[in-house]
Amino acid sequence: MADSVTSLTSVEAIDVTPVQKPRQLFLEVLYDWITTVDHKKIGLMYIAYSLVFLIVGGIEAIIMRIQLAVPHGTFVSPQVFNRMFTLHGTTMVFFVGMPILFGFGNYLVPLMIGARDMAFPRLNAFSFWISALGGILLYYSFIGGVGLYGAGSAPDVGWFAYAPLTAKVFSPGHSTDYWTLSILLSGIGSIGTALNIVTTIICMRCPGMKLNRMPLLSWLYLVTSSMVFIAISPLTAAQIMLLLDRYIGSHFFDTQAGGSAVLWMHFFWIFGHPEVYILVLPAFAFANEIIPVFSRKAVFGYPAMVAASVGIGFISMSVWAHHMFAVGMGAGANVFFVFSTMIISVPTGIKIFNWLATIWGGKIRFASPMLFSVGFLFQFLIAGLTGIMLSVAPFDWQLTGSYFVVAHFHYVLVGAILFMIFAAFYYWYPKVTGRMMSERLGKWHFWLMVIGFHMTFDFMHIPGLLGMPRRIYTYEPGRGWEIWNLIVSIGAIVQAVATLIFVYNLIHSYYKGEVAGNDPWDAWTLEWSTASPPPVYNFATTPVVHSRRPLWDIKHPEDPDWNYE
Amino acid sequence: MFIHSPSYFAQSSTSIFSPAATPSHWIFTLSMFVLSITGLIFLIVAGLLTYALIRYRHRNLLTYNEPTQIYGSNQIELAWTVIPALIVVMLFLTTSRVILATQDAKKPADAVDVVVVGHQFWWEFRYPKLGIVTANELHVPVSDPAHPTPTYLEMSSADLDHSFWVPRLAGKMDLIPNRVNTMWIDPETAGLYLGQCAQYCGVQHAKMLLRVYADSPKDFAAWVAQQQKPAVEDPTVAEGREVFLHNACVNCHTVSGTMANGRFGPDLTHVASRDTIASGAVENNAYNLKKWIDNPDSLKPGALMPPMHLNDHDLNAITAYLTTLH
Ligand code: HEM
Ligand SMILES: [Cu+2]
Repeated sequence: MADSVTSLTSVEAIDVTPVQKPRQLFLEVLYDWITTVDHKKIGLMYIAYSLVFLIVGGIEAIIMRIQLAVPHGTFVSPQVFNRMFTLHGTTMVFFVGMPILFGFGNYLVPLMIGARDMAFPRLNAFSFWISALGGILLYYSFIGGVGLYGAGSAPDVGWFAYAPLTAKVFSPGHSTDYWTLSILLSGIGSIGTALNIVTTIICMRCPGMKLNRMPLLSWLYLVTSSMVFIAISPLTAAQIMLLLDRYIGSHFFDTQAGGSAVLWMHFFWIFGHPEVYILVLPAFAFANEIIPVFSRKAVFGYPAMVAASVGIGFISMSVWAHHMFAVGMGAGANVFFVFSTMIISVPTGIKIFNWLATIWGGKIRFASPMLFSVGFLFQFLIAGLTGIMLSVAPFDWQLTGSYFVVAHFHYVLVGAILFMIFAAFYYWYPKVTGRMMSERLGKWHFWLMVIGFHMTFDFMHIPGLLGMPRRIYTYEPGRGWEIWNLIVSIGAIVQAVATLIFVYNLIHSYYKGEVAGNDPWDAWTLEWSTASPPPVYNFATTPVVHSRRPLWDIKHPEDPDWNYE
Repeated sequence: MFIHSPSYFAQSSTSIFSPAATPSHWIFTLSMFVLSITGLIFLIVAGLLTYALIRYRHRNLLTYNEPTQIYGSNQIELAWTVIPALIVVMLFLTTSRVILATQDAKKPADAVDVVVVGHQFWWEFRYPKLGIVTANELHVPVSDPAHPTPTYLEMSSADLDHSFWVPRLAGKMDLIPNRVNTMWIDPETAGLYLGQCAQYCGVQHAKMLLRVYADSPKDFAAWVAQQQKPAVEDPTVAEGREVFLHNACVNCHTVSGTMANGRFGPDLTHVASRDTIASGAVENNAYNLKKWIDNPDSLKPGALMPPMHLNDHDLNAITAYLTTLH
């Protein structure tokens, strides 16, 4: 073993020229992808799959916003509106957010820790396909959802699916069952992938990569993936209990027979709150890689960043009932959850301040990945601050279930997570395809997205403060909500246009983009030391690292990082 | 610009920035405190970020001299851990005080009691001590600070989760089956306060609107006296009453003093004394009543009342009857 391990001496030394393959037939290519166990291909399939659902979820959002652009809207019926927000929420969380982050994790984690693949390649493929089946089942409910009752349907119980709305009496037909099964399957997939990522990070690091030398991205994926076990298990349990209620007449959540509606809320939010952090930690992971490279500085306070991430992971498990301040838990429980919720802002604050310190004194290059990261920094700051407002339980009694909350969590989901996902696309696209994405289109995408985002979600806070509840398919005129809703709807369309430009850029650059080379951004982590796109087993020789920025050491032999760590 | 102008928001009849009762005043004050702290933090951090981005921007992507590397600093990192932690503790203590004050407030002896029951998609209000049952429009007395007469709402649900939210009077409180939650309101000026259900409860969640009338003590007493009277037996609409009593209406609705004692739908004993029907969806007038009875879906698609399939003559008779139930 020891002989086959050579120290990295130069970037070129490990460059592997890809073998020229003969042209393949379409069916061969398809077969290749379906049967693959290569972590990179699986990662890309996750990403492609979630992009499709991003478009679908986006269309659902646009339908809702057209309906709400004016009071007494009649664009869709109440039933259709309710299905739209149910599908939109479910799709965005389970079939866009989770898979896209697992996709990037799959692709990047082995490359960045110098491994040749994931720990369990076949489990990896299984996890992807089972998750994909989940997404397909959700939409199959349009065809199969009503059973004997009539034409096509889809679940309309909300992505939170509160009991007892999901009971057979209130939700006949099968749409709710499709929802339940789809969540169950994708949950199984997520647990498989999480297990795989944790094992890979613990066991497959290349020589010299001690835990405290791992890229922050792997740390964050370690925390996120660990949280997935803890969070998805109660969700899975709850789904099974719901199925039992619906099919064999148990009464966990069946309030007509003495079951408890609040029990479902606890189960759901014990999953649901960590879930938000499961989605946002990978966004932090991307920021931790991109912001330093584009500021030309090592990340400020690596140990504090790690500690804050682990801290967020732990605290996020004890805050779930802040979704239930209006449930009547009593003053004691409310006070506890106010405290645990507020205190999570401390480690989160540490992260923001450390990014600020990383930028400070740097040489900032505003290429597309950095532009989106900057958007992320500001938007995440605001999301965090509105989060503090919501943690103040009495304020939350006014705001929960209102459009203010919708604005707040879209600041996290779109302003932070989606923006960092876009940043990650621009940043790693050259590694994956060997070509750069167009910077010109990237700038269009960024500015339209920023304008659309702020039109939509800044102004969405206001109707919330003016008493507009969420999940309403229409509203009465004369309450001061009209103008804000109109602006919000226009903003949503601007964001849709921006996203289309992005998709065009993705496809166009694949054929016409500038050739990238191995290391177009002059970065420091291992994935940039291999070819673009990386060969099947990633590295020709197993890399050996001596510091947190192995490529820096190679490029600056006179001043290597290990002198400072 | 707009965000910091509460007076602009106050124009809205459901703005949380124009409180009109004690709980909403407390929440308002606390909210303003939180808004100022978070606003200040935003200005500082966003200011520093903007400064750094402008000050350290670098246009030439190809130059190769790297800036000085700084790997961290214990003092600085400790500072931005401890200071936020102190802010959190302060915020926590302030918040806890308001939580305890509202949730653990002592109920005065002459409080008005109302039992609120949420239904898909309407509100039932019962005044057990006064013997009144009504729907969708809640009447409460104005509460004088010198001699407070708050209204205590005991809330539960007959079917799904709902949430009672009248922003100018108090924050929301959920109505959950098999569970009783309490909240109190004490409007300080007479008037109409709007609100609506804030917890998704099915198709017509959007049209589960809510109206709270705060009456002067005199008006409240008059309203109570009126509601306590038995249903009017106007002889000119005897035919309508017969049609009503001989149709499925009686299975779901109550008109006190008749055989109609259903509890699935709103109590109709004094239906004509209300301003709206269908939980605020439409104005209460003969035209809408008739349309509603003929086909509720035409006004509120998904409402749980079935169409009554009556001929035009019967429809008119029933409508005439209902309009006499003051
Ligand atoms: C252009 C972008 C988007 C727009 C305009 C938009 C709009 C909306 C609207 C109008 C609602 C319904 C609010 C309600 O009445 O409760 C909603 C709910 C939601 N959205 Fe989005 N959204 C966007 C993107 C996203 C993304 C990227 C995610 C997640 C990754 C997301 C996650 C959710 C969730 C979880 C809900 C809650 C669904 C529920 O209430 O059951 N959205 N969004
Ligand atoms: Cu409701």
